[in-house]
Amino acid sequence: MAALRDIQNKIAAVKKTRQITRAMNMVAAARLRQVQERNERFRPYAAKFSEVLGSLSEGIDSEAHPLLAQPEQVDRVALILITADRGLCGSFNMNLILKAQKFMTEQKSEGREVDFYAVGRKGIEFFARRKVEFAQKLPGVMNVVDFDLATQVARMGLNAFLSGEVQEVYLLYSRFHSVASQVPTVEKLLPISPEAVGDEDESSLEYLIEPSAEEILVDLLPRYINVRVYSGLLETSTSENAARMAAMDNATKNCKDLIQDLTLAFNKARQAAITTELMDIVGGAEALKAG
Amino acid sequence: MAKKILLEVVTPDKLLLSKEVDVVVATGVDGEFGVLHGHVPFLSSLAIGEMRFKDGNDTDYAAIAGGFAEVTGEKVTILAEAAELAREIDVDRAKSARERAQQRVEKARAEELDYLRAETALKKAMMRLKVAGRAGGGMS
Repeated sequence: MAALRDIQNKIAAVKKTRQITRAMNMVAAARLRQVQERNERFRPYAAKFSEVLGSLSEGIDSEAHPLLAQPEQVDRVALILITADRGLCGSFNMNLILKAQKFMTEQKSEGREVDFYAVGRKGIEFFARRKVEFAQKLPGVMNVVDFDLATQVARMGLNAFLSGEVQEVYLLYSRFHSVASQVPTVEKLLPISPEAVGDEDESSLEYLIEPSAEEILVDLLPRYINVRVYSGLLETSTSENAARMAAMDNATKNCKDLIQDLTLAFNKARQAAITTELMDIVGGAEALKAG
Repeated sequence: MAKKILLEVVTPDKLLLSKEVDVVVATGVDGEFGVLHGHVPFLSSLAIGEMRFKDGNDTDYAAIAGGFAEVTGEKVTILAEAAELAREIDVDRAKSARERAQQRVEKARAEELDYLRAETALKKAMMRLKVAGRAGGGMS
């Protein structure tokens, strides 16, 4: 009866797997809620920030601040890739990685060098295996996404840009559309394009400004990068948990199907064994009678 | 009693405070300024400093780690990357942050490296302690 025992063992194993995937699904769902709450709490800040920035930057030309200066020629760019630290979230990390590879190929075909910055262990592992050089890497930080992390990531970009090492800085993150859809997105972080800043102009108030519009802008623009990076990190973290939730939900369903199939196979095998046994007995009895 | 003004302190992590108060005094880069109801629209960068607000006879304090303030006639919005109410400041944490920052400053001074950032961290830590000290003092 080795076959029967094998099937039974297999059923037990799949059941255990299902337990794990189900637990991971619930953890991901709880984390997703947490990150979304964080996002909710961040929204008032971000909204107010771009409102004030918008009203300040009206009529400010690109000479006013180094972060606004559009380069004449670009021969080196920085890419900041954000991925998750952990796997088991479907094609989430791979989608981001593929997008990064595509981006780098595109930039290289235009004759630009790419300095590569990576946040999150999965992306780092992938590119380290392929011997891609990192300008800087931050593994193991995606567990708790807070503003300090955003400041840290933003500083990498700002330093590279302000020191003149690169002429443009891009951020690659996963935009959260819905639980079913997360899209890897590349955004230009630096230099700040004036259109991106000045899109909110409904505030008609004439402010008294202290010390002066230019000086506040000097203070504000680097913070604006922090805000952008933070929202990128939050989106990625939201996407990651949504992706993991979906992947684990699928896995749990697959386990259920597998258990059903295996149970069926088990019952069939058991029935077959009984039938064989009966045949033997009947055959034996017949033989005796005939004898 | 004059009309009150709505004070909101917003940080990336949360809406720290939303309260009707009589007067708000904050530290701008050019010095302290006070705001009452009906103030002209006003925008200012905030230094690392304390903010106090008075409601009736109660005065409350908060530590602001830089940012800016937007004032309209009815409302003051303070946008800060980090802000803490006096009574919520963790004194032990602030103290150890101060020590770390001091060491960093010493080191940075020797190596001419990151001096500004180390100094900022030190300022923030000292401000938190100062404001925390206020909470122990006069208020209920």
